[in-house]
Amino acid sequence: MNAVGDNRERGGGEPILDVRDLRVWYGTGGDPVRAVDGVSFSIGAGETLGLVGESGCGKSTLGRGVLGLLPDAAAVAGSVRFRGRELVGLSVKGLRELRGPELGLIFQEPMTRLDPLQTIEAHFRETLRTHRPDLDDDEIRRRSLETLAGMGIPRTRFGQYPHEFSGGMRQRIMIALALVLEPKVLIADEPTTALDVIVEAQILGILADLRRNFDTAILLITHNLGIVAEACDRVAVMYAGEIAEEGDAREVFAEPAHPYTRELLRSTISLETTGLNYIPGAPPSLIDPPPACRFHPRCPNAMRVCAERHPIEVRAPAGQRVSCWLHGPEGEIPEGGREPLEREEFLEAEEA
Amino acid sequence: MSDTAAQPSAETSGENVLEVRDLHTTYSVRGSFFDRLRGRESGSVRAVDGVSLDLRRGEVLGLVGESGSGKTTLGRTLLGLVEATSGSIRLDGEELTGRSEAELRPLRRRMQIVFQDPHASLNPAMTIGALVADPLRFHKLVSDREELRARASEALERVGLAPASEFLDKFPADLSGGQKQRAVLARAIILGPDVLVADEPVSMLDMSVRAKILELMLELKDELDLTYIYITHDLATAKFFCDRIAIMYLGQIVELGPAADIYERPHHPYTAALLRAIPEPDPRRTVPRDLPRGEVPDAVVPPLGCPFHPRCPKAFEVCGWESRDLRTLLEDRWTRLSQDDYERERAGVGNLDVLDVPSVDTILPVPDGGTGEQPAEVLAAMRADAADDPFWSGVAATEVTDAGVRARFHEPRVPRDLRVDRSVVRCHLHDPEALAAAEEIRRGRDGTQNV
Repeated sequence: MNAVGDNRERGGGEPILDVRDLRVWYGTGGDPVRAVDGVSFSIGAGETLGLVGESGCGKSTLGRGVLGLLPDAAAVAGSVRFRGRELVGLSVKGLRELRGPELGLIFQEPMTRLDPLQTIEAHFRETLRTHRPDLDDDEIRRRSLETLAGMGIPRTRFGQYPHEFSGGMRQRIMIALALVLEPKVLIADEPTTALDVIVEAQILGILADLRRNFDTAILLITHNLGIVAEACDRVAVMYAGEIAEEGDAREVFAEPAHPYTRELLRSTISLETTGLNYIPGAPPSLIDPPPACRFHPRCPNAMRVCAERHPIEVRAPAGQRVSCWLHGPEGEIPEGGREPLEREEFLEAEEA
Repeated sequence: MSDTAAQPSAETSGENVLEVRDLHTTYSVRGSFFDRLRGRESGSVRAVDGVSLDLRRGEVLGLVGESGSGKTTLGRTLLGLVEATSGSIRLDGEELTGRSEAELRPLRRRMQIVFQDPHASLNPAMTIGALVADPLRFHKLVSDREELRARASEALERVGLAPASEFLDKFPADLSGGQKQRAVLARAIILGPDVLVADEPVSMLDMSVRAKILELMLELKDELDLTYIYITHDLATAKFFCDRIAIMYLGQIVELGPAADIYERPHHPYTAALLRAIPEPDPRRTVPRDLPRGEVPDAVVPPLGCPFHPRCPKAFEVCGWESRDLRTLLEDRWTRLSQDDYERERAGVGNLDVLDVPSVDTILPVPDGGTGEQPAEVLAAMRADAADDPFWSGVAATEVTDAGVRARFHEPRVPRDLRVDRSVVRCHLHDPEALAAAEEIRRGRDGTQNV
């Protein structure tokens, strides 16, 4: 089924993080919400993968699923391998040992992750004592200060409390707290969404330096296509729990293979925008998504086959992998399958 | 080319719906629990700090700025939701400031607001029909239930929530984010206002919906002869949506001009920096690394001179250099030193807190039991490593004393509104007097060398 699910050859060597057919359901009493439904990707050392999609597409659940940070009500299937080691099914304790020193995390709201009653110094001391019991106090202090300074936090402010810092500084502190353990993988979930544009650009610069200088593999989850273009080597576009398209960021932006990617790019308002575009309709329910291709009810290119059979992942001309019948495989499309699909019109207000 | 513009476009008086002159809105802030523990009791924030603008009938005026720029407070002050501290707001010539709540009420019908968060703007216990018709009831214009329902239907259909019968009896929770914002717009237009203040109306919506709501707003504007004030942090939607744009920073409008000019040839370095920092969905373009340093400063004690000078790559002699800039520069330098070098240099200066008091005559203090030569060495090292930093242009003289190195700065000038091309700009780069003062300083400096 998975024709070209592998992109190991492109990362140069073994991927640090390798996700295969990952599925996450939330039980809601009735039918489950299939937030992540058969997702595969891998990230190599020093590589940044951008995961983009609109709200409710499952991108944050995917990030949490990789780290084993899902609520008890969630069920997980599939495989997440970190340097060859399977994480799905690992005990809470086993995961906790990996989180931090191996798998770092950055969230959108730094203030909710920092303890208001503890100084920045105390945050670093606790983190390093937990994960690096071999370090003495002098070394802990030295490493903490070096990392903070690397993020542009004045050394004289080491003893201050989180509320004494601005939003941008707090996000830098969060990044420093993740980096002080020198993780191999960093998962950043909307790390700049709460920040102003100049500070956002500063943080993107920091992330770019990370992958250059420390060979960190980064999974950057965002709704902002501009940030992906700015900070990522590769991009995976998510729609309704699935990856619609994944590939080299430049190629995907220059020549989007999936109609959803193309329409999302067209509807994004940028400095180059001269006319307004939008995708008609709304993203589907993840409890009862449309059959076959989940985008077909909204897709301007929908064909008959799109409503009948789930697309098969193929390699698009520009090199990215894409799940869309427009790109074949031809042998799997039944006769007449390429005929345009008669679609129902959407009401004007039927939208997200 | 530039001259002062104390009266922005006074020539178009009859065409202005709203005329705002030297508006100030000041909040008093009580320190947080922690601040009180540290003895920082309270202060005041000039959230809107001397704003003058005209809103021309039928235009879309953008108020664009980062958080803390005062754009939201300005919008709320215009609507009377926040009381102005001083200045004048005239709606079709009628003064709004200093009016009582009862006097303002009929005027309020002519100005409505749309907030950022549609989920928070709609009472979850009321039906969409009741919510949309609520202003009619509140202003005692309609009391008949049938008529309220009919008027709500009409407004809902106008914003695309059609057929209205499908939405009237629904609750906000039944609607998507975009649909809720449509309902909010329906409520805002039901009184037939002249002016709509839209505060980040699409920021919380997904990309694929934003364009649709903006398009609806443009349609409503044409059909209902509305005038918009569009408040946003997003320069991309503002470029598309606005006729004119006011760029705000720390409570002031630093640049106001036609949207095309703002993007084609920004005159204020802050505007230029904002534009360059936007990540664009085009991988061939990248955000530059020479971004303004730091963040928007503390509004309780704003910088001397121009509020943007500490971050400005083009700031010069008279822009307002002062003690706090010295501390920022020193601490920033220290983040780039190794721990050992930092500790050695840190030992060469005393308690830096003296620099936190804004002053143009300050001291980089000696360490306990040290001599004035030590901080002088630190200052010399700073200068040697960052000779190009605009900060040094502001240093008038340094002198080694027993207490430390005394540093005196050039007298700060407060920037004034200047007309540049079709825009009004508050920046010394366009002020012949400020440039002349700097030139004077440079000539003097060439004659007498400082330490």
